[in-house]
Amino acid sequence: MISVELRKLFRRPRTWITIALLNALPVLVAVLLKVTDLAPRPGEGPAFLSAVLTNGTLFPLAALAIVLPLFLPIAVAVVAGDAVAGEAQGGTLRYLLARPAGRTRLLVAKLVAIIAFVLVTVVIVAAVGYVVGTTLFEVQSLGATTGISGTSLTPEQVAGRTLLSIGYITVSMLGVAAFALFFSTLTDSPQLATLGALAVLIGSSLLFTLDAASDIAPYLPTRYWLSFVDFFRDPVLWRNITRGLGLQAVYVVVLLGAAWANFTTKDVTS
Amino acid sequence: MNGTVIATSGLRKAYGAVRAVDGIDLDVRAGDVYGFLGANGSGKTTTVRMLLGLVLPTAGTVEVLGRPIPKAGREVLPRVGALIEGPAAYPHLSASANLSLMDAAGPGGARRGRRQRIADVLDQVGLGGVGKRQVRGFSLGMRQRLGLAGALLRRPDLLILDEPTNGLDPQGIHEIRTLLLDLNRTGTTVFLSSHLLAEIEQLATRVGVLDRGRMVLQDDLATLTAPTGATVVRTPDPARAARELGDRVLSADGERLVVRGSEPAEVNAVLVGAGVPVSGLALDRPTLEDVVLAAAAGSGDRVAA
Repeated sequence: MISVELRKLFRRPRTWITIALLNALPVLVAVLLKVTDLAPRPGEGPAFLSAVLTNGTLFPLAALAIVLPLFLPIAVAVVAGDAVAGEAQGGTLRYLLARPAGRTRLLVAKLVAIIAFVLVTVVIVAAVGYVVGTTLFEVQSLGATTGISGTSLTPEQVAGRTLLSIGYITVSMLGVAAFALFFSTLTDSPQLATLGALAVLIGSSLLFTLDAASDIAPYLPTRYWLSFVDFFRDPVLWRNITRGLGLQAVYVVVLLGAAWANFTTKDVTS
Repeated sequence: MNGTVIATSGLRKAYGAVRAVDGIDLDVRAGDVYGFLGANGSGKTTTVRMLLGLVLPTAGTVEVLGRPIPKAGREVLPRVGALIEGPAAYPHLSASANLSLMDAAGPGGARRGRRQRIADVLDQVGLGGVGKRQVRGFSLGMRQRLGLAGALLRRPDLLILDEPTNGLDPQGIHEIRTLLLDLNRTGTTVFLSSHLLAEIEQLATRVGVLDRGRMVLQDDLATLTAPTGATVVRTPDPARAARELGDRVLSADGERLVVRGSEPAEVNAVLVGAGVPVSGLALDRPTLEDVVLAAAAGSGDRVAA
């Protein structure tokens, strides 16, 4: 069942168009930086962008930081919102369930496919970022990279921590995915499910900036998204990272439980 | 395979105060071609969905191939092929890719031999030449054939088909009818849901009629349309024929007379002996339409709960 869902996802042209679009923005940013030679000053603009002119190997991280706030979660919301509601709208859900695919199995397979999509997308953004970064910008082949704390990181450390960041960003997207998947079991309209997840996302981002909402800020799904930056402090600042992972885990468990409870007991009339 | 293939008992589905299906007892036996008739909105589709475990009953039980649904769905449904309210497929994939994915999505469809099974079943429904084409470009009739191919892919013991000839042209309808009768002859039980009386009359051996969620009739087609014991006479001179036959005439309608007596030859002899020309003779049988309309009309005074 899982392989069926993976085949469906990755044989769908839309999946690859989404990934291509997601890569367009970082590439555009890189080209603009190269042409104008105007990097944002440290502490301004997307994370790591100020450093890429002098070290292209940091561009994968800059690329991830560029797509993380909006592009990536929108793509995840579209894919996850489509998961069940899209099958319902297309009429294939009734055939899958009469096959019988098993409702729990189907839901698990959908979740695994969504995680695979996020991981593949994040890895491709990082890989394209690496290729673009190392071609357009200088690479400090020997010497060390200066981390955010001002101390030096070896190229191996940068590579290892980039991989950790990829993992962390993937996990960060699971909260959005869980919201969209839950909404996807509630409605037969994939657009509505996606819209619901985006409303959560935008609401969360907005409340995060509001002082009056500071009491609930630690529980907002987007709260710790940018904490992957902390991998590049020396030593690694684990506090927000572990909180981010824990928060995503709670959202995923609660929402998937709700999705499962709803989907396994609902009348499929689509 | 012997015995009962579909048995429901007191099956009911209520949506709020509306009872879409209200206590029906289906009885489909092995080897039947069962025609499930009912007007639109009579509860046919809801019943079919409950048979397949898509809709969960409010009350009552469903048994398919001797096992409870939805509980034993994983065990039973791989042996059931279904076409539910029109076909559905992934438009960007080819016909055979669609069948392959659906086959892999559940138990009972071994990967070994899948390619061959798909090729066979596409040939069987007349799509052998377009298996590699994207479904996006398929006509309604081709999609319907693909849906049927999906239902036949695992050589099921039971076929549950909802309006299987929808969207097909007359040749296509004939082709599918022949295919279904062939499958039935080799042991497949066919449960056919339709509102097309003519289609059921040509295919079914047993008939169930649903009216506003209730089963108003369930019997062998042969019993329902058995001769009434009267003879239908056609004559260009109905007035004289009526005089000769006297009170044996049960009804007259233009050149058509219904006459008491189950021996058309005897009636013919009387008329020919009296010099009345006879242009047609037949045993009087109710059509399925007569039976269904009578049964549904009989329930017209029933107040839906």
